[in-house]
Amino acid sequence: MVAKYLLLKHYRGGPAPAVDCAPIDQWTPDEVDAHMRFMRDFTTRLEESGEFVDIQALAPDGTFVRYDGEGRPPVTDGPFVETKDLIAGWYVIDVESWDRAVQLAGELSAAPGPGGTPIYEWLEVRPCYGIPAAVTE
Amino acid sequence: MLWHTGRCDGVNGALLRDLVPRVITVLVRRGADFTSAEDAVQDAVVEAVRVWPGDPPRDPKGWLVTVAWRRFLDATRADAYRRRREVRLEAEPMPGPVEAVDDTLQLYFLCAHPCLTPASAVALTLRAVGGLTTRQIARAYLVPEPTMAQRISRAKRTVSGVGFHQPGDVATVLRVLYLVFNEGYSGDVDLAAEAIRLTRQLASTINHEEVGGLLALMLLHHARRPARTGPDGRLVPLAEQDRGRWHSHLITEGVQVLQAALARDRLGEFQAQAAIAALHADARTVEETDWVQIVEWYDELVRLTDSPVARLNRAVAVGEADGPRAGLAALARLDPALPRHTAVAAYLHERDGDPVAAARLYAEAARSAPSLSERDHLTRQAARLNAPLHS
Repeated sequence: MVAKYLLLKHYRGGPAPAVDCAPIDQWTPDEVDAHMRFMRDFTTRLEESGEFVDIQALAPDGTFVRYDGEGRPPVTDGPFVETKDLIAGWYVIDVESWDRAVQLAGELSAAPGPGGTPIYEWLEVRPCYGIPAAVTE
Repeated sequence: MLWHTGRCDGVNGALLRDLVPRVITVLVRRGADFTSAEDAVQDAVVEAVRVWPGDPPRDPKGWLVTVAWRRFLDATRADAYRRRREVRLEAEPMPGPVEAVDDTLQLYFLCAHPCLTPASAVALTLRAVGGLTTRQIARAYLVPEPTMAQRISRAKRTVSGVGFHQPGDVATVLRVLYLVFNEGYSGDVDLAAEAIRLTRQLASTINHEEVGGLLALMLLHHARRPARTGPDGRLVPLAEQDRGRWHSHLITEGVQVLQAALARDRLGEFQAQAAIAALHADARTVEETDWVQIVEWYDELVRLTDSPVARLNRAVAVGEADGPRAGLAALARLDPALPRHTAVAAYLHERDGDPVAAARLYAEAARSAPSLSERDHLTRQAARLNAPLHS
């Protein structure tokens, strides 16, 4: 049955890149535009297919925060410029099956890079917890 | 929520929702296609919610038909104008023949048509048969309203080629209603209650033993709802539920509906599942549960469906009827990749007096739980068994 999945984009982390691709600030303006257009079109396509739930892009700069005891201000740490894993953003989709989620992640991974060729980006697919079924026995 | 109590902001929601499928069929009988009729009626419902509180109509159905028909004509005229076609819609035939009960059934068939994906069939059924607004359906399934609107309009495009009066299959309708019920225990629209209402309405339209079976199944499970979650929202398993909190009137009704269905002597999977639920409902304490009969019903269910989930549940019942060793033996014949296989193994190992293995399996099951409340429940089970092991 329909379930929600998170398609997680990483700036860094995950498996070794399949294609060695220059950072986006080194692409030509047209290549950057084409990439952005692809992302927009992908969102539109999800909206039209009735599978879109949410999209967020995260700024790379952030900080770690934790509780530091009663009456004390929270402690902050970072930003850690060189951490291994850095999340760039996500889609949340509502789709019929795991296979469909993987298929969409595969399509998103084909976003164009330098020369208009796909960047073969790794995307992490994570199921969201669903609703416990009423009838289980 | 608008439809919870059936009445909110001066609008009788229950009445409004009952009227929706009937008004759609009136428009279709007058010559509108299903897609346009459904759109027009949805517009009329939104209008009713706005207008009725201050100016309640004397004849709600007549009001909806008038408003929806006007919307339909406006939309069709605009559409026709765009296509630069000459039309004389005012000359269209007006009232059709007397309302046939059968038309609501046709609506159920169309909205659950096998060409639709389950999610689309669910959405379309809730809107066209259930009379819910797109916003309510979106909220129930926790997706943005435009996403649900797209899903519904795609579903309507998909069935637009299907004739309104083509014969349909009750089994597909029942599967859709079961999906609505089974995932309807959260969100702020009470989908479980809605599924029961739609199944009741279907049962009054068609005399079919599996419609009765599904209605009984829903009633018997709905009866346990107050005992199903603790005050802190945690999941309470059947064995630990306070049976005094079960709705006895729903159990009585469920058993009656089931008996009438079984009397037709055409067993189906929903009747078998309802029979199992009835046996649980019949036990005043968990110790009084007739596990031997439950195993027999699981045998029937496995024979009818050949479902791996039924086999897994059967293993639990065997564990209760013939002891945990027998349950584990039944479990050993099943694919370990089955959802909840590990949780069942954990339970049977604990019953078999092996808390170490059980704790490990509960923790493992928690990691692959399909919902947060199940994960938390399994984690608590593991922690409960681990505590004496650590001390």
